[in-house]
Amino acid sequence: MSRVPLPYSQKILELFRNPKNLGKLEDATVMAMAGSPACGDLIAIYLKVDDREVVEKATFESYGCAANIATASVLTEIVKGKRLPEVWRIGWKEVAKEVGGLPSVKLHCGILATGALRRAIRNFYRKRGLKPDWMPEGLTLEERQALEEEKLAEVLSKRLKLE
Amino acid sequence: MNVLMNVRELIKAHGDIEREVYLDFENSGPVLPEVIEAMLPYLRERGYGNPTITHKPGWEAYEAIMEASEEIAGYIKASSFEELHFTHSDTEANNIALLGGFSANRKLGRRVVISKIEPLSILFPAQMMRKNGVEVVEVPVNNEGFVLENELLKAVDDETVIVSIGLVNHEIGTIQPIKELVEVVKERNPCTLFHTDASDAYGRIPFDVRELGVDMATLCSYKIQGPRDIGALYVREGVKIDRILEGPLGTESLWPGLENVPGIVGFQMASRLAFENLHEKARRLKGFRDMLITEILEKIPETILNGPRGDRRAPDNVNISFLRCEGEALTIELSLRGVYVSSGSACTRRLLQPSHVLLAIGRKYEEAHGSVLMKLSSKHGFEDIQYVLKVLPQAVGRLRSISPF
Repeated sequence: MSRVPLPYSQKILELFRNPKNLGKLEDATVMAMAGSPACGDLIAIYLKVDDREVVEKATFESYGCAANIATASVLTEIVKGKRLPEVWRIGWKEVAKEVGGLPSVKLHCGILATGALRRAIRNFYRKRGLKPDWMPEGLTLEERQALEEEKLAEVLSKRLKLE
Repeated sequence: MNVLMNVRELIKAHGDIEREVYLDFENSGPVLPEVIEAMLPYLRERGYGNPTITHKPGWEAYEAIMEASEEIAGYIKASSFEELHFTHSDTEANNIALLGGFSANRKLGRRVVISKIEPLSILFPAQMMRKNGVEVVEVPVNNEGFVLENELLKAVDDETVIVSIGLVNHEIGTIQPIKELVEVVKERNPCTLFHTDASDAYGRIPFDVRELGVDMATLCSYKIQGPRDIGALYVREGVKIDRILEGPLGTESLWPGLENVPGIVGFQMASRLAFENLHEKARRLKGFRDMLITEILEKIPETILNGPRGDRRAPDNVNISFLRCEGEALTIELSLRGVYVSSGSACTRRLLQPSHVLLAIGRKYEEAHGSVLMKLSSKHGFEDIQYVLKVLPQAVGRLRSISPF
């Protein structure tokens, strides 16, 4: 069982205890999830976006470890007041840096949160039938990673059922 | 990333805690004061010599090792102290039993049989053997962690060299009916050796290696609040085992190197304390264990007990899954409240895979991720249990309030 004492930064612990922007956003313009209960990491990101495509408010819910909760908290802070094209450019490295660094085994938690955010942005434009030219057609690293984690959990739990 | 700074900050963040309750005896624990007292002379002024050298400090070391062997052999009802071999840890004892036992008896066949819920110090050496061409069969267990006897019977064949099944499961506390399982195995193939990892049984439940009929048994010191880095392997007289490490031999023929005399003396004292009033302590532990299990399952919704109830469960083991709660987050949340536990969540490990023991008893991934293991000690009191029952719902409640489902 638990054996590797992960040297989380103080900031992660602080945000784990007192996360910002926590909870469902009732008047959200768009939301997206990444991960699954089977991975042990599930994150929901809610965005309220105004007519000028500026994020007015962002919130999150998380079923996951301290790193997952802290990165989501930071991410929902960073995006506030930014326009979606700018939000899109926020990569997982920036988020990891913002929480004071993530232990290597926890990098995927930061990636998952960013993956959920990009999914939310895609959903926003899809709902409007828009295809902004700055948005790549193919999945970005963060989105691919989220998808891979979900698939892996699915494969593993299927394998388990077969036995 | 400055790892050391981070750790210091994490410790500092705990501040003043109302009460501290350590419930992670599975993974480590404080050494009892009497044990430290017994060890100190052997670090300072007595028996510091090498027991194989012919001088007084060496003979003192030799004396200490022999006395400890005799006492510990007595607790497990071994025929003689010569059947007890000290090792550097329970992990090493398990490795020697499997790798060394197979190597010395390879003419008997090419198969090793273990259960699906063995600790990693059995599972990983077995996987290593598989890579080297040994047939390794993992026998399934039922939803309480009991080995399926018919599956065991199917797994053991004429070519089976060793079977290894733990006496008490380290995660879910299942007390395996080892005597019956030994009979099943020996009836099928009398040449097959039977090893049991008794690390979680030793000092918690009484057992008699001769009555169980096992050929080898692993004992552990740190799990009974003795020093770490010391363990023992019982090897029935006549059973052949190869060394897996080579070097200068001392009093042991099973592993080379200088004996950890202070550790051995500490292990002896920890054993003496554990076996004092063993039945009475076990009864008290069971009371606390059942209080925790009953209250948690009753007061906190969406909880599942992992492992059996009653006398078929180790007296010190509580393992519960909290749904909609991720285990690593819960260990941290509880730590900040002074309650120290471990979890079978994937997040507390380096893998995406949660505890193989919980998966083997049929828990779903999300159930295994939310599991918490608590191991009690006879030093715990009623107030400790009440405190755990007070803070646990708060910790679980907060994490569930964050969850999107």
